[in-house]
Amino acid sequence: MHAFVTVIGKDKVGIIAAICILLAEKNVNILDISQTILHDSFTMVMLVDASVCSVGFDKLSESLSELGKKMELTIRIQREEIFNAMHRI
Amino acid sequence: MINQSEILRTIKMIDQQHLDVRTITMGISLRDCSHSDIKISCDKIYDKICRYAGNLVRTGEQIEAEFGIPIVNKRISVTPIALVAESCDCEDYVPFAIALDRAAKEVGVDFLGGYTALVHKGCTIGDSRLIRSIPQALAETDLVCASVNVGTTRAGINMNAVRTMGEIIKQTAYLTRDKCSLGCAKLVVFCNAVEDNPFMAGAFHGIGEPECEINVGVSGPGVVYEALKAAKGQPLDVVAETIKKTAFHITRVGQLVAQEASLRLGVPFGVVDLSLAPTPAIGDSVADILEEMGLASVGAPGTTAALALLNDAVKKGGVMASSNVGGLSGAFIPVSEDAGMIAAAKAGYLTIEKLEAMTCVCSVGLDMIAIPGDTTAETISAIIADEAAIGMVNNKTTAVRLIPAYGKKIGDMVEFGGLLGSAPIMPVNTCSAAEFVMRGGRIPAPLHSLKN
Repeated sequence: MHAFVTVIGKDKVGIIAAICILLAEKNVNILDISQTILHDSFTMVMLVDASVCSVGFDKLSESLSELGKKMELTIRIQREEIFNAMHRI
Repeated sequence: MINQSEILRTIKMIDQQHLDVRTITMGISLRDCSHSDIKISCDKIYDKICRYAGNLVRTGEQIEAEFGIPIVNKRISVTPIALVAESCDCEDYVPFAIALDRAAKEVGVDFLGGYTALVHKGCTIGDSRLIRSIPQALAETDLVCASVNVGTTRAGINMNAVRTMGEIIKQTAYLTRDKCSLGCAKLVVFCNAVEDNPFMAGAFHGIGEPECEINVGVSGPGVVYEALKAAKGQPLDVVAETIKKTAFHITRVGQLVAQEASLRLGVPFGVVDLSLAPTPAIGDSVADILEEMGLASVGAPGTTAALALLNDAVKKGGVMASSNVGGLSGAFIPVSEDAGMIAAAKAGYLTIEKLEAMTCVCSVGLDMIAIPGDTTAETISAIIADEAAIGMVNNKTTAVRLIPAYGKKIGDMVEFGGLLGSAPIMPVNTCSAAEFVMRGGRIPAPLHSLKN
């Protein structure tokens, strides 16, 4: 199952590292990363494969948003289908 | 592949523009729950609802978590209870409402609709009993919603039922007087009621529907409003195009959620209801959209034209985004549930007469309007008759959900809380229509040719 992890907030040291560690711990494979910084605002979109994730999707989502809170960022994970449905015919 | 800006756009819609799926509604047939013994019938109803909808809320929450889209309500609609209850010997149908309420609470849904009678041509004994029991049923339950269909384009308007419903609304207001007459917020009087509507309070599972199905209602006035900001000053055809495109995006999400829910619950997908349903939250208002088109306030001259454009564009955009469209499909204008409507009503720009005109071109009708508690039953019936006539002649669904708030007068506010919001008491034309209403009988179905 493919999903997008999106990270939005103020740039600081170690954002990508922290998220990658969390994803690796849960056995989630990162397929693609794109990242931009505009006026100190950090935006990252990661395409991941969560089909062999070691925890349920809701737990994964919770862990990511908790990490987000700790790092003062908004981190979310959503299945790819919602974006395809909305933007592709 | 999807690009970053598309992803961020979706997130912005959900995060800042209140995009949500307003409801997943499971329609359940209760036609096999009739019995001459009311207790057995109520037990069958309770068991069947718990069996079919046991996983509904959990499934909804899973979909919310995986797709990151809020699903605000999980609801149930059932076969009009008048049909199910009619076989029992009992005269008081309130126990049916209590059984429905208990089942709704057990499975954890937000509302359950279908305490309903369809009496557009006349009442059976069961219909009359159900209608008589509505005030008590709504006073004794929390989650049950009632509706009565009093007219159709093909049958005309049952004015005896219209007369009765004025009294029923007054009684409901009285019996729920300690909660700002909240019972009336759960009671809709329809003309041309639809069988697959997922929205409350008027949802019921029609007799042409399957055993069980999933209907989804989408929302997103905030997204349309934001999109229109980018088209400031443009001609109205550009406005219509912008709304169409936005409605397409919104509806695609509804279609995805409907398909997922249907798959996971093993229940056929019914329809997506293409509706713009506001909430009292700032930035989630249909009134804001109309004002963004250039009206100083909703209710100003031009409001009906702006709403007609909006309603039509929402349907045009949504139709292509979903494989099955149905329900009420259009823009809703519930006064208490829309911050912009509340402000316009308070300022005196929005009147019941203007709202009546607006209902000619949009989904449904006079919705969530609080009126003085001393409004007579005959006046309420006459307002229902006017609204039903609009629906009957124009071949569309219209509805009336008025709250004659007990003990309240013009200028007071009533607070319902949650999605039902709050409403200023709006003035009603007090000129009497009692003699007209007391005549009863039927208004014949209109001619379908010689249209002018």
